[in-house]
Amino acid sequence: MQEGAADPGLYDFSPYRGRKAFAWPGGKKVAVWVSPNLEYYEIDPPTNPHRKSWAKPHPDVVGYAHRDHANRVGHWRMAEVMSKHGFPGSVSLSVALCQHHPDVVADANARGWEFFSHGIYNTRYSYGMDERQERAIIEDSIRTVREATGQTIRGWLAPALTHTPRTLDLIAEYGLDYTCDLYHDDQPQRVKTASGDLISMPYSLEVNDHYGFFIYNMSPREYARTLIRQFERLADEPSGTVMCIPLHSYLIGQPHRIGAFEEVLRHIAADGRAWITRSGDIADAWRAVQTGEAA
Amino acid sequence: MSLDPAYLEYPRRRLGYDHDLYPYSAMPTRRPLQWPDGKGVATSIVVSLEWFPITPSDTPFRAPGHMQTAYPDYRHYTARDYGTRIGFYRLLDAFAKAGVRVSVAANGAIAQRYPSVIRDIVDAGHEIIAHSTDMNGTIASTLPVDAERALIRDSIAALSDVTGSAPRGWHSIARSQSFATTDLLVEAGIEYCVDWANDEVPWAFANGLVNLPLNHELSDRQIINVQQQSVDSYAEQILDAHDWLAGEAAVSGPGGGGRLLPLHLTPYIIGLPYRMGAFERLLADLKARPATWFARGSDILDSWRNQS
Repeated sequence: MQEGAADPGLYDFSPYRGRKAFAWPGGKKVAVWVSPNLEYYEIDPPTNPHRKSWAKPHPDVVGYAHRDHANRVGHWRMAEVMSKHGFPGSVSLSVALCQHHPDVVADANARGWEFFSHGIYNTRYSYGMDERQERAIIEDSIRTVREATGQTIRGWLAPALTHTPRTLDLIAEYGLDYTCDLYHDDQPQRVKTASGDLISMPYSLEVNDHYGFFIYNMSPREYARTLIRQFERLADEPSGTVMCIPLHSYLIGQPHRIGAFEEVLRHIAADGRAWITRSGDIADAWRAVQTGEAA
Repeated sequence: MSLDPAYLEYPRRRLGYDHDLYPYSAMPTRRPLQWPDGKGVATSIVVSLEWFPITPSDTPFRAPGHMQTAYPDYRHYTARDYGTRIGFYRLLDAFAKAGVRVSVAANGAIAQRYPSVIRDIVDAGHEIIAHSTDMNGTIASTLPVDAERALIRDSIAALSDVTGSAPRGWHSIARSQSFATTDLLVEAGIEYCVDWANDEVPWAFANGLVNLPLNHELSDRQIINVQQQSVDSYAEQILDAHDWLAGEAAVSGPGGGGRLLPLHLTPYIIGLPYRMGAFERLLADLKARPATWFARGSDILDSWRNQS
């Protein structure tokens, strides 16, 4: 990005109107990807001078235990429902989960899920890091996920959405080819970086379960109706688009929410217009569309 | 600009948790629990019965529901008292009608100020668990350990003086503990707490204290006050939770078996006239479901200990 400039220079302006319509593989309209955030929050993390971690003095029992529910109960419940309806995950991973709870990571890998990095812990923020430090967490992420799963990460969602002006240039330099940190589009778009080939993968804050339940204060059934409306609208539009469903299993995996969510997956799977897939597959298909148009 | 090098060191990056308070357990690896009479869902109601001084304390933090306006905050002082005088008695009647026994997490101040309320609870077969001294008795790591020890001791003593027996359970205000709390609770003779909402079955800390997870997401405070949803939506969410848990409980083999459905109630929230009808219907709907075992915390503790 252009550090200090009023326009950070992340991408070119490209209005929705006038874009050439395209379809996803199989003639599908909406590439639907589910993104479980498999996270580890430390009980007593060190302090980052730019952002506080827990609201309470450590231990923040409610905050910690709530997130712990994900790894003990929520993940397993959510993953079963996803597999039952044929939805793979594209995991936003706190890579230290590979050390703390390797069972969770192995389960996701065995289900054919893709992994990208969400930092080391969701309680260690990038704010204030120098370049050497930021390279260290990228290299740690690549190494840790490769050793734990055999996969080479392609994507990045900044830990707790904390960025530096150099993050996108660095991940592109390391060969990562998509970022989930930009929210300007319903289709992948090219991102301007110093080197490499980076695209923005539409993730979502607006239909993220965290926003649904804690920003918009939706009931479980209201959130489910929201996801279905999101899908229906995108599927009715002329061109291929992307719908991401970002999840936290300590939220969606609660017993009062998972049943309503299962109905969403059942609805989308039965509709016929969804390409139910993973983030890396969407990146490949979108690049193929661009190449085809250039040819 | 750069961060202290220690910010990129991870001394507790290891197998298991980054603490030694309790061990990790994944749902699919567990031996199924069996509740009495083959029931699948232990439905445990915890009512917080609280006294808020009109002179709030922010040390270590101000309790949820506490005074909000400049002194004197008549509106919150009296609205909280409404819960104890009126709402709680509506709840006691509703429990009697449904034949349900519950756990009441009472401040020690309730026993000192209104011992007749404590006797009404005990006479109806409900359980008293300790819930600090009064709503200025919050706990966090910034509270000196000696002060925390005294707070736990005073709470238990005030309740025991009226009930004649020591409470077996503990509920911290706002579920907030320090790193010392679980050891202090064991030292005080407490057998279980309900503060760590990380699971849907009981589990034990390394020091032997048992945790019965009291899901804050399913509390009347969270759904009705914080998320601003209706009591009808609250009831629907509890029933949805029940039905999902009953399905899991019916699975035999690892990962299946008995579950907990905790209902955390606040008399000044759920006990209002326009909410009570929906709550009474919820109790009846839960009772009509074949998987329901209405149980006090101590009943669940005893059943769990007999099979673990």
